[in-house]
Amino acid sequence: MSFSDALSIRPGAWRLPALRLPPLRAILAGLFLLALALAAIEPRLFTAANPLAIAPREAFQPPSWVHLFGTDQSGRDIFTRVIYGARQSLLLGVGAVALSMSLAIILGLIGGLGGRFAERAVSWLLDVLFSFPTLVLALLFAAHLGSGIGPLIIATGIGTAPGYARMVLGQVIAARNAGYVEAARALGHPPLRTIARQILPNAMRPLIVTITMGIGQAIVWSSALSFLGLGAKPPAAEWGTMLAMGRDFVQRAWWLTFFPGLFIVLTTLATTVFGRYLQHRLEGRGA
Amino acid sequence: MSGQSLIVEDLSVTLGNGASRRRVVRDISFTVEPGKAVALVGESGSGKSVTARTLVGLAGAGAGVSATRLQFGETDLRGLTDRQWRGLRGKDIGFILQDALVSLDPLRPVGDELIEALSAHGWGNRETRRQRMLELLDLVGIPEPQLRARQRPDQLSGGLRQRALIATALALDPAIVIADEPTTALDTTVQAQILKVLQAVKQRGKGLLIISHDLAVVSQIADHVVVMHQGDVVEQGPTEQVLGRPRHAYTRLLLGSVPGARRHKARIASKDQTPIVLEASNLSKTYAGPDRSDRRVVDDVSFTLRSGQTLGIVGESGSGKTTAARIALGLVGPDRGEVTFDGSRWNAAGKNAVSERARRPQRPHFGVIYQDPLSSFDPRWNVGRILSDALDAGGLPRSQHAARVASLLERVRLPAEYAGRWPLQLSGGQRQRIAIARAIASNPKVIVCDEPVSALDVSVQKQVLDLLRELQDELGVSYLFISHDLGVIREISDEVLVMLDGRVVERGATEDLFINPQHEFTRRLLASAPHLPQPNAGAHATDFNTSIV
Amino acid sequence: MSAGVLAFPSGDGLGRLGQRVAIRVLVGILVLLASATITFFALKLTPGDPVRAVLGGPTANPSPETIAATIREFGLDRPLIVQYGLYLERLVSGNLGVSFSQRQPVASVLAQQIGPTLQLTASAMLVAWALALVSVIGTTRRNRFLSAFGSGLEAVAASLPQFWLALVLLAVFAFGLKWFPPQSRDGFAGLVLPTLALAIPLAGFLAQVTRESLELALDQPFILSARTRGLSDLAVRLRHALRHAVLPGISLSAWAVGSLIGNAVLVEVIFSRQGLGRILYQAVTRQDIPLTIGVTLVVTIVYIVASTLADLLFVLVDPRIKAATR
Repeated sequence: MSFSDALSIRPGAWRLPALRLPPLRAILAGLFLLALALAAIEPRLFTAANPLAIAPREAFQPPSWVHLFGTDQSGRDIFTRVIYGARQSLLLGVGAVALSMSLAIILGLIGGLGGRFAERAVSWLLDVLFSFPTLVLALLFAAHLGSGIGPLIIATGIGTAPGYARMVLGQVIAARNAGYVEAARALGHPPLRTIARQILPNAMRPLIVTITMGIGQAIVWSSALSFLGLGAKPPAAEWGTMLAMGRDFVQRAWWLTFFPGLFIVLTTLATTVFGRYLQHRLEGRGA
Repeated sequence: MSGQSLIVEDLSVTLGNGASRRRVVRDISFTVEPGKAVALVGESGSGKSVTARTLVGLAGAGAGVSATRLQFGETDLRGLTDRQWRGLRGKDIGFILQDALVSLDPLRPVGDELIEALSAHGWGNRETRRQRMLELLDLVGIPEPQLRARQRPDQLSGGLRQRALIATALALDPAIVIADEPTTALDTTVQAQILKVLQAVKQRGKGLLIISHDLAVVSQIADHVVVMHQGDVVEQGPTEQVLGRPRHAYTRLLLGSVPGARRHKARIASKDQTPIVLEASNLSKTYAGPDRSDRRVVDDVSFTLRSGQTLGIVGESGSGKTTAARIALGLVGPDRGEVTFDGSRWNAAGKNAVSERARRPQRPHFGVIYQDPLSSFDPRWNVGRILSDALDAGGLPRSQHAARVASLLERVRLPAEYAGRWPLQLSGGQRQRIAIARAIASNPKVIVCDEPVSALDVSVQKQVLDLLRELQDELGVSYLFISHDLGVIREISDEVLVMLDGRVVERGATEDLFINPQHEFTRRLLASAPHLPQPNAGAHATDFNTSIV
Repeated sequence: MSAGVLAFPSGDGLGRLGQRVAIRVLVGILVLLASATITFFALKLTPGDPVRAVLGGPTANPSPETIAATIREFGLDRPLIVQYGLYLERLVSGNLGVSFSQRQPVASVLAQQIGPTLQLTASAMLVAWALALVSVIGTTRRNRFLSAFGSGLEAVAASLPQFWLALVLLAVFAFGLKWFPPQSRDGFAGLVLPTLALAIPLAGFLAQVTRESLELALDQPFILSARTRGLSDLAVRLRHALRHAVLPGISLSAWAVGSLIGNAVLVEVIFSRQGLGRILYQAVTRQDIPLTIGVTLVVTIVYIVASTLADLLFVLVDPRIKAATR
């Protein structure tokens, strides 16, 4: 038996892994999000009807082939309204995450890189803010900012910021203490270069996943505020507002609330599944 | 229940699923008899641990096990149901894993673990189990069993918790005891104690199966040695025969790689009058301990490192050797004392402290190699980028990077196309080569090596040590070499410092110190290090075609 | 949780525990003070007449005497810092003001409303943990189908918005099957649907966290050790792995209590249930500032108590020495 073969470099052992398709659930999630984005850009791709057109004689139609998701109390087609709602909801989700992430990154960087005192102060502030439940914090802001999509984005963004800021702070501290940062110092790289080239990119990389998942969460929070009457006003085609209007008719027409809510669930689920997939990809390889 | 043998004939194990399904153990045979110890020896990937787990029915879900004979006493182990295996585990076959800190439940007192080993098989009642538990702790040599039983693994010393782990395997007096790397990761002195405990187990008529990568440990206890390589048995026989007159090239390679087996006489002669590059005088460093008590980690340590030489620092865990190295690197400031580099102040305490800004221009004169190279690489970077980053620090213009990266890779005996690989795709030895390439990138005068080969298989260890020595001859660089392994230290160092509890207890030229140790601790350290009955194996090792792994 | 999960401390362990509680209480008071401060200044920044904000919102029509009395009491004609001092003084003496939307003192509104909310929160917490543990212990690392089913179910559960789930439960179980009353007044039957609406999404979240840490725990060497002693798979899970697996979930529990109270706003509104959430909603929409401050402070106190309890529970499960404070 020859052992020279066995000990030599095994072919294929460190070749790049073959290009593999993502798992089915990630593909489905990705397709759903893509469709949603298309609906947000051009809703007429999916439906020809007008989301605001009233047809009192067609009120409270249950789901059928004509009205896929049924009609509401004014006879408006719910499928059309859900499709048109995608724009508002995605805008809310993306806007709120952009705002909360910006706040979180600013706080996280100040706390993580500003020295011992800044770290104490920021984590203390975050602990205090974290003691306000997200919805309570958002509610306090929403009530003062008035209604409309802008205030909704601000309220949701601020409400979710403390949680994200804690995460960013943790990432920055972890990156700061990583072995490769000490290695860079031992090589003689100046601190600013190490911050720019190593600490920031490594601390921010996992945030791609958080942002993806956060969009779904932000849609839930902002639709919760709309549901409470603090966001978009009826008859706007926004999922949370549609739920709020349908609430009065739960007893006689379940489809008024079921389908808008289902789309909130599917969007959240899709961002979670897709985010997990990204996370898996990021952790799997250094590429 | 003593007196039963474990017979293995033509055992094969297949693991993995789909395309990655592989046979990891191929047609191996051996017998464990009462009162005898069999050792399965091999490096990582040899299949030795899988074999051990298969013998207690824990090869894992989806494992394919086949054998012409797999027998314990009168029982055929092939095709046992899970319930039947459970009846056997612990009761007839005891199992010991390495590192009791994680092999015992970290959240439970060790006494509870022992009692569980008894109650799992319905042994005795509450009172008798408690009695037996205390007996067992006493049996493995744990003093004050009443007190220790209530403590968790993290509250016990390394030696005590490893004994407690052994006690759990002995609880029901099994006929066979399987020990998977029972002394790995323990300090040398503790290792010797654990071997004594296992020796006693054997003497009580148990059949012992030891899994180990450490030939020296095996030579102390085994009656029969089975050498495994990538799933095959390459050689087996009585211990003296296999280790003393190895027939197979791989066995010879293993024996020849055991650190300390080789001497480098050429280096010992006349090298000590080179100029001093790094000098540490009276270094001290104190850290605040958990309960506000200060712990002096480094206490009045001085040393000199001469150009082109290697100073080895040896000590057990917690001896302060790593902190001393970090002070030497200028990563931590000392509380007292100072370090000079090339005659000028490099790192010092108090008002003489050197600012990082002042130190930075000198940094290219230093290199570091860590035990775990992977964590010292930015996970986003490939090999080329890692090396190029080090060249940046040395101030080399970008246009010359590609050529220099290729030559660095060649220096560490890696093909140039490795510049495009990611560290995660490389083996442990290859990662360490990349770390070495990074350390030499800026033509340093001093390289601090902190346990650089401790996580590597012996044959890879040898290659990395050879490479370090060759580079020293080529580049004239000095090494400050930290290790807990006496063999490694003896092989690479010109001078040695022995550290204990933050203090230097002995220093001297390597061979003097090893042959004629002065301090009592050094003597104990040397005595507890297991030695091979030295065959003339090293000389033949080179006829084995080694490649870069 | 099985009995094997907790380790009750004795002797000096108890002393250390006492010290921990003391530190927690001290930190809690500071958090409360900070929370009160933030609320005060946030509301000061609100546009509008501060006198009317206290006396009845934009639509109120107070007499000049009342206005003068209020300005004196709150120091509204004096510098902000004095107002802040008066505000703290009133808080410490337990005087939270009068809620105009409820027409009674804030303190007594809070006293009436906190019970139902705590009841709802506690039952949702218990149900969420129970559901999460059943799913995790039952399906983690079993056969491929079962594991995928379990984790899929958890992901869906975690994605359900509480208010939508509440409406669906209402449509199916209250209006459709008529098993439970659509409006949650007193008694057990009224508690079931609101509890489920809050518990199911939280269960999905806790289960995801616990599943991940159970998978990590099952890969630990001490699990293999336990198996080599002849323990069954279930015994290994319950007696060894579970204790490690619940730790991350426990440290998230204080946050979870907070989020349950936050979401109670929605659920209490939907089920017309008494409680802090519905009161907060009314206070916010009607700009009843004294009541808003009162509810916010109570929520902070509940969070502080919950995080102290979670911390103690953590130490009971994992008695290894941790740093005394974070």
